[in-house]
Amino acid sequence: MNLAVRRWAPHTLALLGLLVLLYPLAWLLATSLKPADEVVTSLDLWPSSLEWSNYTTALEGVSGVTVSRLLGNTLLIAGGAVLGNVLSCSLAAYAFARLRFRMSKVMFAFMVATLMLPHHVVLIPQYIIFNQLGMVDTYWPLILPKFLATEAFFVFLIVQFMRGLPRELEESARIDGCGPFRTYLSITLPLTRPALITTAIFTFIWTWNDFFTQMIYLFAPEKFTITLALRSFVDQSSTSAYGPMFAMSVISVLPIVLFFFVFQRYLVQGMATTGLKG
Amino acid sequence: MSTVSTRAPAGADRAARPPEPGGPKRRRRVRREKQWPAYVFLTPWMLGAAVLTLVPMAVSLYLSFTDYNLFEAPRWVGLRNYTEMLTEDPRYWRSVGTTLLYVVVAVPLKLLLALGAAMLLKNLGRGRSFYRSAFYAPSLLGASMTVALVWRALFNDGGTVPDLLGAIGIDSGGWVGDPDLAVFVVVLLTVWQFGAPMVIFLAGLQQISPDLYEAAALDGASRWRQFVSVTVPMLSPVVFFNLVLEMIQSFQVFTPAFAISGGSGGPADSTMFYTLYLYERGFTASHMGYAAAMAWLLLIAIGVVTLVLFRTSRSWVFYADEEGR
Repeated sequence: MNLAVRRWAPHTLALLGLLVLLYPLAWLLATSLKPADEVVTSLDLWPSSLEWSNYTTALEGVSGVTVSRLLGNTLLIAGGAVLGNVLSCSLAAYAFARLRFRMSKVMFAFMVATLMLPHHVVLIPQYIIFNQLGMVDTYWPLILPKFLATEAFFVFLIVQFMRGLPRELEESARIDGCGPFRTYLSITLPLTRPALITTAIFTFIWTWNDFFTQMIYLFAPEKFTITLALRSFVDQSSTSAYGPMFAMSVISVLPIVLFFFVFQRYLVQGMATTGLKG
Repeated sequence: MSTVSTRAPAGADRAARPPEPGGPKRRRRVRREKQWPAYVFLTPWMLGAAVLTLVPMAVSLYLSFTDYNLFEAPRWVGLRNYTEMLTEDPRYWRSVGTTLLYVVVAVPLKLLLALGAAMLLKNLGRGRSFYRSAFYAPSLLGASMTVALVWRALFNDGGTVPDLLGAIGIDSGGWVGDPDLAVFVVVLLTVWQFGAPMVIFLAGLQQISPDLYEAAALDGASRWRQFVSVTVPMLSPVVFFNLVLEMIQSFQVFTPAFAISGGSGGPADSTMFYTLYLYERGFTASHMGYAAAMAWLLLIAIGVVTLVLFRTSRSWVFYADEEGR
């Protein structure tokens, strides 16, 4: 085969793939800036004039709740979820990876089995519990479970990472008289940082993208997340409001995109080493 | 499950060692440790496992044998939810069919594309890490409402895809409003997110020792032969891992179907995926008992499929580390 072709074919193919793959995102960005009459009629990706008013309309939000408020709400939930997952999952993981206790095998097996459990099986009873506690239409059902290490996925991830750490440091700490709590805090936790970062990033993105749980538990528009608001925005507007709708869509994924650019190195590595899903 | 999750990344990193509760050091232990600190560390997890997993599982199993609308006390109806579902509810079977069609088409397509892309990127040299990140980006955004809305617009009547197909002489019409095509909008949205399994494949490919390829080349193996005899068996644990994960996830797809059909599962129930129907029965129609029964059948189905995959894996998944490597 021709050497030049051999050399350039993979690059060309990758570039083509990239174009197809990123087209929907380019379309989203372009449409968010298009004047109303161009959205449906024109196949041109590039708008004839940039309609920034789409964004000012979108920023007004939905049902009198501004987008900044909606973003704040979502950030609060995502932040709480990140804190909860990092704390509770690393605690449980340390016990599974490093401490010995009765029933440890049974508990570990149970934890791994819940990886497979469809959320829908526990959904209704969980809803009943939160309803009884008067927590429906608050953020508790979205945040509290994270503080109880219910996402087995992250427990498992951190366990796997901790098992890969050398034990020498921890053993010498123990010989020096450190109890398990001191060892966990000052030796193991700092070494586990990469896994904790992966946990934090994925918790943030999954919580941000989540729709189902938010839809079930939140009703008052002023408590809405950006995703819920986007959905009611869609329900309320006709196709003529395409521009503002996609402007709001862009705003809603912007934090994830920023996160991605800042942390993409950790993300892709974390994915590869733990077999993690996006 | 533990076997696949731990072995499958094929030693992708030291982080992927098999779990050994107790560990090999147990015998070397001299003094007996106190056990209570472990339980302190585990308190949040145990609370969550009991209150938010075990009890809810038991309750939902109970509810699946009742008629329950969230406001009145559950009324015991025995197996009626199950018999109604299996024998009298055509919409249930429609949702099963739609979900199975989706799983059977989307999962293999996504994995094939992921494997192809990983092979491509592996030999790319410069620019590899850029493409790796760029191909991965859709996996992060794919679950969002935003992307589902974009998909709906792209495939709707007058959207880019029908227009492009029209330009080359294929008059498909809008996919979203077509009962035969709507489900494929969701399929394509899923396939678009091939970056996640691709990254795992790529890590697996980079673990394969170059010696193996050299030896094969010395024996005169063509590139295709090398792919079949070296790459495929060495990569099979990763393929298996991805297959199980994607399968489990696909059975539970919700947001895209919800957003693309505007929450209705339409047109004509053609995007009424299993979980969407479950939501409709439970939360819109207030038949919580029926929804609970559906959830349990889903759990059983996922369990059976996973078990079958594990059983068949013995004949096609090759673990190099079992041969003293």
